[in-house]
Amino acid sequence: MTYMRPEFRHPDLPVNDLGYTRKDYEGAISTLCAGCGHDSISAAVIQACFELAIEPHKVAKISGIGCSSKTPTYFLGKSHGFNSVHGRMPSVATGANLANRDLTYIGVSGDGDTASIGMGQFTHAVRRNLNMLYLVENNGCYGLTKGQDSATSDIGSIGKKGTPNLFEPIDLCTLALELGATFVARSFSGDKDQLVPLIKAAISHCGFALIDVMSPCVTFNNNPNSTKGYEFVRDHIAATGKTDFIPVRKEIMAEYNPGFTQEVTLHDGSVIHLYKNDSDLDLHDRLSAIQAIHRCKEKNEILTGLLYLDPDCEDLHQILGTVEKPLRDQDEEVLCPGSKALEAINESLR
Amino acid sequence: MQKITSVNDFVVCFANTNGTGSASANNLFAKSIFRMGIPVSPKNVFPSNIQGLPTWYEVRVNDKGYLGRRGGVDLMVAINPQSIAQDIKLVSPGGYFLYDSTKPLDAGLRRDDINLLGIPLTDISRREYTDQRQRQLFKNVIYIGALSALLDMEFDILKNLIHEQFKGKEKLIAPNIHALELGYQYARKNFDCPLGIRIERRAMVNNHILMEGNEALALGAIYGGATVAAWYPITPSTSVVEQFEKYAKRLRVDPGSGKCNYAIVQAEDELAAIGVVVGASWNGARAFTATSGPGVSLMNEFLGLAYFAEVPTVLIDVQRSGPSTGMPTRTQQSDVLLAAYASHGDTKHVLLFPATPKECFEMSAASFELADQLQTPVIIMNDLDLGMNEHFSEPLEWDDATCYNRGKVLSETDLEDMKERYGRYLDVDNDGICYRTYPGTHPTKGAFFTRGTSRDRYAVYTESSDAYVDNMERLLVKWETAKGYVPKPEFRPAVKATTDGIIYFGTTKASAEEALDILSEQGVHLDAMRIRSFPFNADVDAFLENHDRIYVVEQNRDGQLRTLLINECEIAPDKLKALCCFDGMPVTARWIIDHVLGGGKATRPVLAIREVKA
Repeated sequence: MTYMRPEFRHPDLPVNDLGYTRKDYEGAISTLCAGCGHDSISAAVIQACFELAIEPHKVAKISGIGCSSKTPTYFLGKSHGFNSVHGRMPSVATGANLANRDLTYIGVSGDGDTASIGMGQFTHAVRRNLNMLYLVENNGCYGLTKGQDSATSDIGSIGKKGTPNLFEPIDLCTLALELGATFVARSFSGDKDQLVPLIKAAISHCGFALIDVMSPCVTFNNNPNSTKGYEFVRDHIAATGKTDFIPVRKEIMAEYNPGFTQEVTLHDGSVIHLYKNDSDLDLHDRLSAIQAIHRCKEKNEILTGLLYLDPDCEDLHQILGTVEKPLRDQDEEVLCPGSKALEAINESLR
Repeated sequence: MQKITSVNDFVVCFANTNGTGSASANNLFAKSIFRMGIPVSPKNVFPSNIQGLPTWYEVRVNDKGYLGRRGGVDLMVAINPQSIAQDIKLVSPGGYFLYDSTKPLDAGLRRDDINLLGIPLTDISRREYTDQRQRQLFKNVIYIGALSALLDMEFDILKNLIHEQFKGKEKLIAPNIHALELGYQYARKNFDCPLGIRIERRAMVNNHILMEGNEALALGAIYGGATVAAWYPITPSTSVVEQFEKYAKRLRVDPGSGKCNYAIVQAEDELAAIGVVVGASWNGARAFTATSGPGVSLMNEFLGLAYFAEVPTVLIDVQRSGPSTGMPTRTQQSDVLLAAYASHGDTKHVLLFPATPKECFEMSAASFELADQLQTPVIIMNDLDLGMNEHFSEPLEWDDATCYNRGKVLSETDLEDMKERYGRYLDVDNDGICYRTYPGTHPTKGAFFTRGTSRDRYAVYTESSDAYVDNMERLLVKWETAKGYVPKPEFRPAVKATTDGIIYFGTTKASAEEALDILSEQGVHLDAMRIRSFPFNADVDAFLENHDRIYVVEQNRDGQLRTLLINECEIAPDKLKALCCFDGMPVTARWIIDHVLGGGKATRPVLAIREVKA
């Protein structure tokens, strides 16, 4: 809730490969509550895009409705954004992506926007393997309508209203794994070291990349008895390991312990390294990821980090066999068959 | 007994069971009459079911070119034992009743005032074919062969059609022609051929085509440059996207790479379907979806967003009988108000009302131009009758000089050269239409945030009342501009000066024009106006102004177009007389004549119906 942000930037700010500074990836000033986890996620998106050296205007930001869905205003101010309809971001992202396959698509949603009103659209975007980063800013409650429980809230979790949630929570990561998602990760808004490389890897992945980010609501769901507050999440976090994202052509310098490392090369040549805490987790095995999530849940822990990745998948454009040139850039030369073809069609109807 | 006699002016009805392959045989019948140079109008009356329920195929033959549904049956081809009791009652006195005489006709069903034509279809096909499915399929072809003798149709035309139909499956040609001959020979041997009703070759078809409206809409989308189609299956709109895919596979595959210059998404529901369209259009592609009434209901929220956020959106509504699931396989024009004012808040949408396949093609292609130029949803109001039946139509035409007009879109160079601050919602030209940019156009200029919440002229979020009102009023300026963009109404002045008028739209055209000719012969003269679009432009206002009494014919219960006219043109309600036909069947000329002559005093739709019944 900082209404003033100094315009001054150090003249020697570091630049990325394209010559942009981090400032070039910033957006408008956030109007969310001070301390909101979502703002940390916006900062992580800015950092990731800066480090990836994506052209700031070559991103399309799409969201639904809710606190989380407001955040695309607060990062990448040189990109177009679309704050659409509650729960319907995935369909808008699908259309946008089909129109122009050359942009990077970042979808931002919340737990209400995804796990309740938007559940149908979320599941089908997963099935289509839409090439996008799908960020869920998950705080277990409806912030913008003042704190009702959401479908990801744990049984017994108590928010500001003081009444425990009575219903089973939906785990978006296990659901996405079951539905065939090709990149699944969970993170915590307070763990920038983990989140930034995950976002970079997710953007680089050519397919549907879900990151379910625990993002505490400081105003309505940050009580001692809430399982989505800062305190609980910090105390109960477990990580699949440390993730490093190594862009194309950069040397891998890290030393690692065999058996506890996994290296995945993405379609563009960049590499993801996971320094695993759990040797039973295999990033290419959905079942091992689901089991790892359940093992942690039994211990009352929230498993974060990269959970699953299929780098060889086909995204929606590849599945549909669309042309390389963006569909929106095609003109009548290509699209209109002309009067001769029409006369042949007329003839076939006589 | 009197026999109906007529050359080239009668109605044949086929009563079949769905799922038995009768559709292609019946289509063969209609097409061969068309090939004999005579205008023909086939209509499917089918159940919401895949197999085993009664279905009818009604073919009107009329060499004067009147091709609305006529009503009444001159020749019934009764193949379905389930509906035979009902079917025989539908035959007009003096008419003909062709039935499968393998089993004798129930004595209780016999009528003395019609001509019975028994052909042992099941026996013949059982004798000739061994395979069970073949027996069923060829039974249909056998009765078509019999009809060719009974109605004096040219047998060679049927043979040619069989050759065309089975091109690539040549081994099916001989058995089909054999089946035609079986029927033909049986009829020649056992009946006086031709009957009192018969076909005589004419030269009235010229270059016309027989085409389903949905197919024409699909083709219009191909020619109009649509690259993204998203949809959810729903009768009677399903064939729009299916046909789009058929033509896209033929006409839109890049010859070099074999890749597609189109993308089709069968979405999880109608909400997603229109969401895909809004997303694709926002990002600069031409996109569309097709649905029916229940789908439009689900799309309401997105339509409001597209109106307010000013995203071009093309929606094809193939109307059916509602409300709710209503009669999903019967026609109606009952989504007029739903579509015109779809969504919450103050919204109104551009509507187009095609009446023929040619107009479906033209309006479909034009809808993308309109949507791009007006930056708003455009809804094409088709209906089941036009969408799913083959209609006799002028051929489709395309001007090769046509360039797509994407409306006010700023390019990278435009933005580069721009000195002033770019404002997405700045009304630079005072026509209510502002300049868009596509995502990813320019590194530093032209980016903006699209949202359903209020914003200022620079697309910056605001809850300022002044900014909100300013924006909503500008949208009204755009609405006024739209009046100059949308297709004008079609006028058909009476032969004698009159202050009485009649208004109709969409598929009512064919029956209304026939009714007007007959009424005119009876001395009832009406100036006619066919509405082709909404918003109503000045021509519509003038027509309303210049007539004292105006009948509004529409295929819904509540007189929805009439309500829209009263509301939008601020016209005194009692001036507009509602003639509402909403039984799910296409309105007939006879119905319109009866109601113009008898129901003209009532102003409210339901009263009009009740008065006529009383």
